[in-house]
Amino acid sequence: MAEKFLPLIRFAPYLLLGILFGFALIKSEAASWYRIQEMFHFQSFHMYGIIISAITTATLSLFVVRRLVGRPSLEGEVINIPVKKPGRVNYPLGGFIFGLGWGTIGLCPGPIFALIGTGSIPALILLVSALHGTWLFGVFRHRLPQ
Amino acid sequence: METLLELLRSPWPWYVSGPIIGFMVPLLLLVGNRSFGISQNLEHLCAISQPRIIHIRFFKYDWRPSLWSLIFAAGVPIGGLLAGIVFANPQPIELSSAAIQQFSVWGLKDMTILNPPELFSFSWSSIPLLVISGILIGFGTRYASGCTSGHAITGISTFQIQSVYAVIGIFAGGMLASHWIVPLWLSWQ
Repeated sequence: MAEKFLPLIRFAPYLLLGILFGFALIKSEAASWYRIQEMFHFQSFHMYGIIISAITTATLSLFVVRRLVGRPSLEGEVINIPVKKPGRVNYPLGGFIFGLGWGTIGLCPGPIFALIGTGSIPALILLVSALHGTWLFGVFRHRLPQ
Repeated sequence: METLLELLRSPWPWYVSGPIIGFMVPLLLLVGNRSFGISQNLEHLCAISQPRIIHIRFFKYDWRPSLWSLIFAAGVPIGGLLAGIVFANPQPIELSSAAIQQFSVWGLKDMTILNPPELFSFSWSSIPLLVISGILIGFGTRYASGCTSGHAITGISTFQIQSVYAVIGIFAGGMLASHWIVPLWLSWQ
């Protein structure tokens, strides 16, 4: 009987972290088109504060995690700091294309997921469209510069 | 009890919400050696939903080892439901006066909620914008292998130069869209 619930226990931390992340995205108003426009027009420090403090928190706490590199995590996998794939053009160009969408509609993928939870149909339209965009990338990926 | 409820309902300042978002990076590493990021789920959702007769090889992989990521993403709308509906902020959002002035010039009327009804509604004028932006977001994040979470937060905090390039690209695209596409689109309404 206990084994049946093992996967539930194993994945529970991810679900809880996801809930906390979604909660913070709405409460911070990072899921607001107004906040994103305000950021790109340098009219408020709010969004910069969120991003800078998030990066600072992650960087500082990673100093502690780095001491644990090579040791097993809760799930038993050995902790490793992730490394990005090599590439030159794909990062700035892909980022630019994503930025055009983000600057226009004011939501990046995290906030899209969070807003869906509030029952937003436009956010659902955005997710379905984003899936089509991802699919198009899969189709044309070999013709794109890396 | 009263104060806790108030805390859950009120919007969180950047110095509270930012660190919570930042803590996702070490916590996911400690739980299962996972790298914080949201947009890879777009790829997994394509892999799950791609019909068999369509042979796009990019989406023919075993997504099951990434189940943790889908579960993390499934938690996000639950958090959204709690923050946006159950513990909804009763007050209008507090934008800077410069931004409010700007939005009035653009012809937007309701600045008390998270997103403008002029763009976020079921209408012939807003659906094309949602669809085009969505496609750009889905295409761009996969081409760059990450979005704001995976690059700006995880990538920069782990000192990866690729993520710096990605963030520069994201910011340039966002600036162009916000200063040029948005005012142009709103002036047509």
